[in-house]
Amino acid sequence: MGLKRKDLLGLASLSTDEIKLILDTADSFKEVTGREIKKVPALRGKTVVNLFFEPSTRTRTSFELAAKRLSADVINFSPSTSSVVKGETLLDTARNIEAMQADIIVLRHSSAGAADTLARGVKSSVINAGDGWHEHPTQALLDLYTIRQRGLEFKGLRVAVVGDVAHSRVARSNLYALTKLGAEVRLVGPATMMPSGVERLGATVYHDMDEGLRGVHVIMMLRLQLERQGRALFPTIREYARLYGLTAERVELADPGAIVMHPGPINRGVEIAPDVADSLSSVILDQVANGVAVRMGVLYLMSEAG
Amino acid sequence: MSEMRDGKADRSNEKLIMDAGDITRALTRIAHEIVERNKGVKNVALIGIRTGGVHLAHRLIERIQTIEGVRVPIGELDITLYRDDLALRKNQPVLRKTSVPFDIAGKVVVLVDDVLFTGRTIRAAMDGLMDLGRPEEIQLAVLVDRGHRQLPIKANYIGKNLPTSREEKVRVLLEELGEDDRVVIVKSPA
Amino acid sequence: MALLIKGGEVIDPGRYVGVGDVLINGGKITAVGRDLPVPPGGDVLDARGLLVLPGFVDLHVHFREPGFEYKETIQSGSASAVAGGFTTVCCMPNTNPVNDNQAVTEFIIERGREAGLANVLPIGAITKRSEGKELAEIGDLHRSGCVAISDDGKPVMNSLVMRRAMEYALAFDLTVVDHCEDLNLAEGGCMNEGLVSTELGLPGIPAAAEDVMVARNLLLSELTGARLHLAHISTAGSVRMVREAKARGIRVTAEACPHHFTLTETMVHGYNTHAKMNPPLRTGEDVRAIKEGLRDGTIDVIATDHAPHAAQEKQQDFTEAPFGIVGLETALPLTLGLVDEGVLSLEQAVTKLTAAPAAAFGLRKGTLAVGADADVTIVDRHAQWEVDPSAFRSKSRNTPFAGWKVKGLVTTTIVGGRVAYRSGP
Repeated sequence: MGLKRKDLLGLASLSTDEIKLILDTADSFKEVTGREIKKVPALRGKTVVNLFFEPSTRTRTSFELAAKRLSADVINFSPSTSSVVKGETLLDTARNIEAMQADIIVLRHSSAGAADTLARGVKSSVINAGDGWHEHPTQALLDLYTIRQRGLEFKGLRVAVVGDVAHSRVARSNLYALTKLGAEVRLVGPATMMPSGVERLGATVYHDMDEGLRGVHVIMMLRLQLERQGRALFPTIREYARLYGLTAERVELADPGAIVMHPGPINRGVEIAPDVADSLSSVILDQVANGVAVRMGVLYLMSEAG
Repeated sequence: MSEMRDGKADRSNEKLIMDAGDITRALTRIAHEIVERNKGVKNVALIGIRTGGVHLAHRLIERIQTIEGVRVPIGELDITLYRDDLALRKNQPVLRKTSVPFDIAGKVVVLVDDVLFTGRTIRAAMDGLMDLGRPEEIQLAVLVDRGHRQLPIKANYIGKNLPTSREEKVRVLLEELGEDDRVVIVKSPA
Repeated sequence: MALLIKGGEVIDPGRYVGVGDVLINGGKITAVGRDLPVPPGGDVLDARGLLVLPGFVDLHVHFREPGFEYKETIQSGSASAVAGGFTTVCCMPNTNPVNDNQAVTEFIIERGREAGLANVLPIGAITKRSEGKELAEIGDLHRSGCVAISDDGKPVMNSLVMRRAMEYALAFDLTVVDHCEDLNLAEGGCMNEGLVSTELGLPGIPAAAEDVMVARNLLLSELTGARLHLAHISTAGSVRMVREAKARGIRVTAEACPHHFTLTETMVHGYNTHAKMNPPLRTGEDVRAIKEGLRDGTIDVIATDHAPHAAQEKQQDFTEAPFGIVGLETALPLTLGLVDEGVLSLEQAVTKLTAAPAAAFGLRKGTLAVGADADVTIVDRHAQWEVDPSAFRSKSRNTPFAGWKVKGLVTTTIVGGRVAYRSGP
């Protein structure tokens, strides 16, 4: 079985078999990234374009490294917002890029649905590297990979996602995938950070963090977008940290073997207390390392001949 | 695929080339040849090419152990990422894991595969091996050499030379795959 | 000069319903009845098997001129109107410049006259540049031909300013039209807030953003006694409040758009920009409430909110694409859909396209009364056709109904006694 789709736009539309295939494929690449020579010729002659309308050094670098380790040619393209303002639409930009014979376009955009719009407009495969608050499928896939790597089963797994879920594409992609795989997803945060009707997507909402963390196997902390302060989502960072910051005492509420995850970079002392942050740096570095393997897997699976 | 076509029940499409006894004898001979050619197995490692070659490699190390009393290191190689037709395929083949849990630098690596045909798989396997390290020497053991090479590749150890036409399909069926051991030519349905 | 429309099924709401003839002379309706004689030298239009209706009146269109002629002009908008059976259209003032003064009003009227197809009536701005701060010269706007006032699309957020506008409009008995949206609650939103916006990760506009302003406007209308018309209401809450306000005698009328009684928010799936409008498509429950409001008379008027946008604008990603769809050429079959569903009687449906909108703004339109302007729309009730945007008379093709198989075709539109549109090759 292959991944019989042109694009990877989100995890909402993937079957559990497809998700598992990607994770299994990532496993093979994990072996490659552990070698002396971390490069295979699988995507020789293919062109991967990183089209990033939003700055994101981490995700872009991860995709770039993944593509290079597959021997693809990589172009990084970060259109200045000014050219977009001049009336050039996303599709205009994308068609220009397609004319460079890009096989795969990796898109990061601040608008939800930008990847869908692009995928409809170009023949190249499109991989969504984050669109607005919608989805960030490869981030969630690497989270899943990291969970699996720790020997945890998805079925019956209790996962708490803590923070600004409403404005988080990472939370959405994880929610879609985890519920499909049979995990119980708890969303923890104030109602200002919970999207309308999210319970109908299979999650349980907790406003009390202690209650939400009780007995969970995975604590997934979201990064607080500090610039949202003043937009009435939360009164002060101090109060947010007190109510929804992860402290050592709170970790104790979770299952004894629980793992703490964070997409990085951490706001130390905000969503995670400094001592907890130090103790969990290993998982976060695992997440980063796994990110390359997962993205190699995705690029490999998307690189069918056009 | 239906059980009738693929399972043990219907073999009317097959022409038997080697039976279980033939395979056993061929593998025993190859094991002896490997030991003889390398004057022992001190520096030898076997690497099976997924999937058929892996099972044969396991059978070979058992025999080598019987002969020499030494268990040689064994690895498994998935050559998918090195295929030369990768960019042309509509659907990417499923990746399997490469697992070579020892350093191949300085080793005499015996690649093991079931059937040697065009030579392209072996070319890919050698590229894959080179990315893992620099072996002292690479040798090749195959159960069947059916000819029609497209690359200048030659096996060091051959179970059976089998003249075939290009269109014929040679299949190596093994117990490890849930079959009775045998090598057959499968006639394409008329 | 004279024209006898013969043998059609005439529906002149509240006045004449049944098979009959309509006689037009000198641009006016001169007689309606059975077996009228053909006037000497007059033409006869055989309407057997067809509906003969007063010309439709649309209280809510955007003809984009002046300022955005690449989307629509008064000429192309008028052509689109008569193709959809609308003989009178009221143009919202959000042009560039905004229609907040006599010069723009006169320009629009003049352009409408030049186009010579439909009656093009301007709606003036409530506040200067529709900034919601200082009142526009409402008296001047009225005198030069504006039929109502509205800051459509840029609703007056300041309740005091809205109160003053309503009080001031009383002097001219002008209807105050409001697009009900609390801009703070709706900020950044681009679709209905709910399950679908959550799934798609799109910023939502809650139903409450509309409801809050509907409530405010009803209260201010009650306070001032002004004639209030609520544009394109889309929520169950709005319907409930308008129903209650009417029961208490508040002078309010309300309109609904065909897309709001036909489509739900699920249409946005796949980030379909043709499903992006403001107010947004709501839930199935809201659609049911809108239909019930239409049925029980809470919602008086069906209006299109015809909002043309160029193809490249709608091809942007969803959050960037502008709000709105064209509606003039699909309104009739979608409205007749309500008749087929049993929501409205045929006469009710016709009323909501003719007499009711005319009454909301106090226009002498939407009737076949003797002496009225001879604006007549003739409809083949049963003709089926497929919506093909490339065949639209409008300059723009932004519709979510492309490819829909619909029933009910405008065959002839007569404006002021002249045939302004005839279907077919």
